Amino acid sequence: MALYSEKVMDHFRNPRNAGVIENADGVGEVGNAKCGDIMKIYLKIDNDTVSDVKFETFGCGSAIASSSMATEMIKGKPLSEALELSNKAVAEALDGLPAYKMHCSVLAEEAIKAAVKDYYDKNGIKYDKSLFPDCESCAHCSIE
Amino acid sequence: MRVYADNAATTKMSRASIEAMNDAVENCWGNPSSLHSIGQHAAERLQKAREDIAEVLGCSPKEIYFTSGGSEADNQAIISAARIGERKGKKHIVSTAFEHHAVLHTLKKLEKEGFEIDLLDVKNNANITPEQVKNAIRDDTCLVTVMYANNEVGSILPIAEIGKICREKGVIFHTDAVQAAGHLHINVADECIDMLSLSAHKFHGPKGVGVLYARKGIPLTVLIEGGAQERGKRAGTENLPAIIGMAAALKEANENLDANAAKMTKLRDKLIDGLSKIPHSALNGTRENRLPGNVNFLFEGIEGESLLLLLDDRGICASSGSACTSGSLDPSHVLLAIGRPHEIAHGSLRLSLSEWNTEEEIDYMLEQIPQVVTYLRNMSPLWREKVSGEKEFEI
Repeated sequence: MALYSEKVMDHFRNPRNAGVIENADGVGEVGNAKCGDIMKIYLKIDNDTVSDVKFETFGCGSAIASSSMATEMIKGKPLSEALELSNKAVAEALDGLPAYKMHCSVLAEEAIKAAVKDYYDKNGIKYDKSLFPDCESCAHCSIE
Repeated sequence: MRVYADNAATTKMSRASIEAMNDAVENCWGNPSSLHSIGQHAAERLQKAREDIAEVLGCSPKEIYFTSGGSEADNQAIISAARIGERKGKKHIVSTAFEHHAVLHTLKKLEKEGFEIDLLDVKNNANITPEQVKNAIRDDTCLVTVMYANNEVGSILPIAEIGKICREKGVIFHTDAVQAAGHLHINVADECIDMLSLSAHKFHGPKGVGVLYARKGIPLTVLIEGGAQERGKRAGTENLPAIIGMAAALKEANENLDANAAKMTKLRDKLIDGLSKIPHSALNGTRENRLPGNVNFLFEGIEGESLLLLLDDRGICASSGSACTSGSLDPSHVLLAIGRPHEIAHGSLRLSLSEWNTEEEIDYMLEQIPQVVTYLRNMSPLWREKVSGEKEFEI
């Protein structure tokens, strides 16, 4: 199907880092079943570095591909870099997403941030709250 | 193996239709409005196509209007009935919640003009009852428009009973028969149908051509101005090759209707039985009163688009009612209308068969689909939460 780039299809067909980390240091879940996509990110953190990352996704092809690409982009990276990962960077790394699928890359960015926030919260680490906009501020899931 | 199971979207053209169409392209290229012999030859072929289609529908050739397809026919039928009603001060229309958008969007437009639209609830058995129509009709009702069969969940509606009620009440009755023509026996006279829309590419005919049947005495509103074609009701030089291809396809489909339906019903039921074995899945719509080729399943915990893409990788062409396949956030209005909640409607799969599907293809689908469903469920956080008991299963 020409709907997606070859890169999206590759990550969709052969997702990297799919799965679960038992006793993960940080877990973030965003989205909801109502709009048809949920992304869950599991992080293993060692010395402020993402030593391992896994994802579970309920959603369309681009949601799965975005999760796969985003996890690949932060694996082995310092937390500070993982937090800088933007949805745009994920979409660009996938050679672009159709306009109405851009929210899938947003979910990937937010799921990673939510997982890092969970890690900070669990370990009593202080952080700048403005880096973590809450789910409510996003209009994506506002279905009547 | 390659399996085409999206015949409700469109069908492959039949040999008879292709040959009739090719012959017309090559040998019948005249303009039916021309007075010379080449034009008149085309006019004769046009007339013959009109007669063949009228015979299948049980009406007069003079009641057949060729259009660009089902959507145009739906638009013209509804607008025409609305204008007739308007002149008598009648501005109430009855329809159903799971009509095709060609009907629903036209009704929405009329609503903005001040018409009152009642969309009948289809939650009960993915269908309506004749009583619902009877109760909805008011003194100022100008039109009842109810689809013959639903394109997504395959429900066959009680058209003859509805027609009788409308005839008794003196209300114009239109039916969108796009999914029914060539697949179900239709007789507009017996079923008291005043207007009917059909589209050629749903029964192995060409795309871009359809029919509006309008009973004699119903004045049509012209949507496309510019010529005297179709007795002044639809301008534009006739798409003769497509019309001839459509007539050939409909004639052939009608002649083999019972045999095809029996074959498809058998395949359909085998597919439904097989898919029912997948845990936490459910058939959308009912087993009874169902189009012979329609299967529509819901699989909890997964999303339809990813299912479609993976099935396509394995050679299976299907469709889904998921939001992601439509470019919006809402899943199919049909699935919502029959009472499926948003949360699980995204995980639906429509497999629509034709008489050309084989038993081997059904076996192949029954082997592949459960594998893909399991694969996607294993990747789904929603599924994990349901399996672990954190969330409850809906089905």
